[in-house]
Amino acid sequence: MASTLFDKLWDQHVIADLGEGWALLHIDRVLLHDLSGARALAEIAERGHAVARPELVFATPDHAVSTALGRTGESFAKGAATLAGLRQRARETGVRLFDLGQPGNGIVHVMAPELGIVLPGLSLVCGDSHTCTNGGVGALAFGVGASELTHVLATQTLMQRRPRNMRLRFEGALSPGVTAKDMILHAIGRLGTAAGTGFAVEYAGSAVRALPVEARLTLCNLSIEMGAKIGMVAPDDATFEFLAGRRFAPKGAAWDAALAVWKRLPSDPDARFDADHLIEAAEIQPQVTWGTSPEQVLPVSGRVPDPAEAPDAARRAAWAAALDYMGLVPGQPIAGTKVDWVFIGSCTNSRISDLRAAAAVLRGRKVAEGVTAWVVPGSEQVKRDAEAEGLHRLFLDAGFEWREPGCSLCVAANGEVVPPGARCVSTSNRNFVGRQGTGSRTHLASPAMAAAAALAGRIVDVRQFMA
Amino acid sequence: MEKFITITGPAAPLLWANIDTDMIIPVQRLVGASRTGLGPYGFERFRYRADGSENPDFPLNREPFRGSPILLAGPNFGCGSSREGAVWALMGMGVRCVIAPSFGDIFFNNCFQNGLLPVRLPEEVVRRIAEETEASPGNARTTVDLERQVVVTPWGEEVSFAVDARKKEAMLEGLDEIALTKRRAEEIAAWQARDRAARPWAWESVVE
Repeated sequence: MASTLFDKLWDQHVIADLGEGWALLHIDRVLLHDLSGARALAEIAERGHAVARPELVFATPDHAVSTALGRTGESFAKGAATLAGLRQRARETGVRLFDLGQPGNGIVHVMAPELGIVLPGLSLVCGDSHTCTNGGVGALAFGVGASELTHVLATQTLMQRRPRNMRLRFEGALSPGVTAKDMILHAIGRLGTAAGTGFAVEYAGSAVRALPVEARLTLCNLSIEMGAKIGMVAPDDATFEFLAGRRFAPKGAAWDAALAVWKRLPSDPDARFDADHLIEAAEIQPQVTWGTSPEQVLPVSGRVPDPAEAPDAARRAAWAAALDYMGLVPGQPIAGTKVDWVFIGSCTNSRISDLRAAAAVLRGRKVAEGVTAWVVPGSEQVKRDAEAEGLHRLFLDAGFEWREPGCSLCVAANGEVVPPGARCVSTSNRNFVGRQGTGSRTHLASPAMAAAAALAGRIVDVRQFMA
Repeated sequence: MEKFITITGPAAPLLWANIDTDMIIPVQRLVGASRTGLGPYGFERFRYRADGSENPDFPLNREPFRGSPILLAGPNFGCGSSREGAVWALMGMGVRCVIAPSFGDIFFNNCFQNGLLPVRLPEEVVRRIAEETEASPGNARTTVDLERQVVVTPWGEEVSFAVDARKKEAMLEGLDEIALTKRRAEEIAAWQARDRAARPWAWESVVE
């Protein structure tokens, strides 16, 4: 029978069929970050369990650490005990920890593909909803809660109910200035923030095939903002080239054996999907969110919607509340909205290609007066690579702050916040109420759009800065 | 895990769509937090005013909804972050059951791990329970019976809901899933041995 990529990934990992669609799955890799990981390691110790397979578990602090230059594990005092706990438990259990300042350290979903911890065909979990990012290399990767994470650490398995198959095809060529971030924001705007609930989503089509692997990671990153905890892109030559030679990727004969397996993973041509959507790539413009849910998004040429025109009462109320929180007026063009902060970073958009895209817009220009602009590289390796290319100098000359790797302003669990009432164009993934700090107003956009907003001091179409 | 059998009480209405787990519990409260003690921070951005006093407009600050064991919510409740602290905060507020048209996938699983029952009912039924409860807040009661898989509405109708048999049993018995899985240790080891032979690269590439 014809199978989808997801079917193959799932079936590969079933230890036992538990009935009603439930299975006991083997989990090939576990990622731990400081917030969810430290707690899970502590909890299994308290409950008298051992870490079943410490060699398959990888830890990195990212959430509750300062990203100020010269930071230590104590710079954000409230996170210091959590980090100390992670360090101690990792030592005791034999879990590999990539600590601050070490190569390999970084945002968990940046470091995992970077080190080849995640590979095509593997199953991977982390106590973090953006684990779906890792599906960009053709893995079965999803976020779990604290209890499920504890279960995986103790048993290297997890009970899960099989989700249904969704395919989201992007066909054709993207316009200049349009990125993977715009593709997925556009899709969420069209399909809604719950469209993927209960589904595993495969992104396919010629526009996806044409994306470099880092852009595929961005695409998959926002799967959870569409409701899907699993997002995937089938592995292909670009994937194999991206992974070859990485620290934890197979080498030599093992690589050849793996490659033979990986090449059989793509969905069969006649595979059936429970839901199938098509988006013409050429229709997509640079996107920016206007509200407090990722589905509240517009092309940058668009106008803020009027709640009076909402399709139903629930959305009328949600739109009105979002406009009130965001300090926007129905019908106003989103372009031209004054901006106070710009944040380039997060597991969505902090890889070297993201920094290059932002730098290309900034080159030779200055951040507008009154705008606080930060670049937070996704990992120690991204930071070092960017510095080797001189990108940090370019950001600094433009008026950006150049910082240490971490989640920073995406999650605001680290003392780094956008002040109340301030408006931030952010390359992260959530524009929720208070996400970047109490009272903060977030507009999600691509790195190039964020860079353009920093220059203009307002939301602006990045294509105006492209010669 | 706390056992769940039957609960009865006034169903507190919070029918906004897309209530994300950041709204239920801000991440700042989870740095260094434990499973207990999060109740006072549940929905804190909506529950309290800037000066720290209670916001009288927030439904769960009104009698008889303060401490209500049943929460009525809009579609896609618990979307967003995987933080299980959202479940711990709700339970800390006294909530044992959330009734909504749909839930975020990760939150839905997290509920069962803690003895908080997520019940999917059609949006019109959720809305009517809210309306009937608001119309007579002192008297209207809703019952959630997991054993029989029914919600008894304030107007006395029994509306059935679906729940996976294994999740139902785990909740009724308060089972420990890790202990259940560990009973399969031999089966897991055999699977791993076979897999190691079939996919050696998946196991050996982590060895340095």
